[in-house]
Amino acid sequence: MADVMTDRTATLERLGRDRASVLRGLGFSDKIFNTLTWLAAVSVLLVLGAVFISLIIGAYPALQAFGFSFVTTAVWNPNTDKYGAFAPIVGTLITAFIAMLIAVPIGLGIAIYLTERCPLLLRRPISIAIELLAGIPSIIYGIWGLFFFAPFMKENVYPSLILAFSHVPVLADLFAGPAYGIGTLTSSLILAVMVLPFITSVSRDVFDTVPPVLKEAAYGQGFTTWEVVKNIVIPYTRVGLLGGVMLALGRALGETMAVTFVIGNADKLSTSLLAPGTTISAKIANEFTEAVGDLYTSSLIALGLILFVITFIVLSIARYMLLRLEQKAGV
Amino acid sequence: MAVLTKDMARYGSRKRSSMIAMGLCFSATTVGLTMLTIILGTLVVKGAGGLSLAVFTQNTPAPGNDGGLWNAIYGSLLMTTIGVCIGTPIGILAGTYLAEYGRHTRLAGIVRFINDILLSAPSIVTGLFIYTIMVKPMGHFSAIAGAIALAVIVIPIVVRTTENMLLLVPNQLREAASAMGMPRALVIRQVAYKAAWTGILTGVLLAIARVSGETAPLLFTALNNQFFSSNMNAPMANLPAVIFQFALSPYADWQKLAWAGALLITVAVLTLSILARWLGSRS
Repeated sequence: MADVMTDRTATLERLGRDRASVLRGLGFSDKIFNTLTWLAAVSVLLVLGAVFISLIIGAYPALQAFGFSFVTTAVWNPNTDKYGAFAPIVGTLITAFIAMLIAVPIGLGIAIYLTERCPLLLRRPISIAIELLAGIPSIIYGIWGLFFFAPFMKENVYPSLILAFSHVPVLADLFAGPAYGIGTLTSSLILAVMVLPFITSVSRDVFDTVPPVLKEAAYGQGFTTWEVVKNIVIPYTRVGLLGGVMLALGRALGETMAVTFVIGNADKLSTSLLAPGTTISAKIANEFTEAVGDLYTSSLIALGLILFVITFIVLSIARYMLLRLEQKAGV
Repeated sequence: MAVLTKDMARYGSRKRSSMIAMGLCFSATTVGLTMLTIILGTLVVKGAGGLSLAVFTQNTPAPGNDGGLWNAIYGSLLMTTIGVCIGTPIGILAGTYLAEYGRHTRLAGIVRFINDILLSAPSIVTGLFIYTIMVKPMGHFSAIAGAIALAVIVIPIVVRTTENMLLLVPNQLREAASAMGMPRALVIRQVAYKAAWTGILTGVLLAIARVSGETAPLLFTALNNQFFSSNMNAPMANLPAVIFQFALSPYADWQKLAWAGALLITVAVLTLSILARWLGSRS
């Protein structure tokens, strides 16, 4: 009897030990997995930090040589080793601005059509088709723009634009000839097509957050569809819409390959939108591998730093606004 | 009576302006769809003209010679594969932290915010970044630098979709598994991952689609190579860079190959994103 008892306690003790060691093992592997995921999450932050630091180090020689005047000088001359970022900065801002001017109304229009008017059966196919525009790689827009769109605009659209505005004071300068086809306006139009799907998909998503009762109440009072959109849907979603627009703006500012193909990479500023221009990203893409000399390379990296800072600010604002909307929807 | 007719007239004009506005919205949709059709149409017409068996069997030619895009296709496939293989595990683990271990922590909030910014950050900056930390110290362009640049782009896409998909897994599943005594790591790996794997795969497919068309980050890292090379420590040809070089050249046969390459990339990218969408809608 006593033997059996000691046997049983021994077995139990052994089982307990086994169990404890298994639990320890599990707890240990849990710790490892937890640490791994933590490290991965922190590495996202490290990437951003490393991008900033490496760009600052790379840009340091140029920033040291030119100081703040780097941003305000419009000279870009590898022969004399004098560089200023004014022309590409202005070019980037102008192309992105015109692109938004065109893409925002069209993108909103599509979202309004999809949420208010589109037959249910077509809603998904049309949404997917518009989103496919975002899936097409940038370089495809570039080659299409260079061989199809730019020649088309040069032949069919720009001559009449030049003619139509030739006697209007300010517009005559903006649309001054000759029409090369490639240039600021062509780039802006292609950018507009590229960012269109971002505006549409964000606006469609935020339109869907409008409580149906609000719209039904307005319809019940005799509002027309447009009045509901104008007075209920857009005011209700304006923060989210602005977030979507900023997101698209961030994309337009940093877009590289498409613009590189069709902007013409001119070194100086031109008042005409039809003339070749340049943007930060196009300048880097065109000149970086051919840049000789440390100051030249460093100036291009400084351009990259400026671009990164600008897009970082714009995208932060976009995220902040979309976050506010999510919190509102969550309450 | 007079009031009524006036009201009706006003209602008529309101209805008219509504119809005009909605008509404009419809035209906007038509414009969007037309652009898609024109772009894809041009690609198919011009690209199909350049396609032949030689595109897949021969290397990029000198101007005036016959040739194909094989070295570029090979380089693109290789660098995309390596980039995705490096970026995906990091992305999935970071996404797991955001959705599971650290869901409500302050760190997760910051990572989420930064990740969303990296998601839309200009890819040319990624190219400059990898150039300064890899190409410059090594002293030469290399395929491995290109692959790592692509990995940097893959990470935020995978993080975002992994987190979103894990958040869709009902908490009751986790609670049930925890109640059985499963430690957290097992709950995540055996329960949450199993429930969300199609969604996570969608994210990986989207990431592949995105990086296979990326040009800007490869220009200063992998550069380009006129010949076939599988040396990861040397410049390597890749489709986007070849398209860039050939399209901007004055030679008609190079331009033709550029179009063929453009068609190949677009077909691959759109197939992947449609596949991802299909998989996403199924889960």
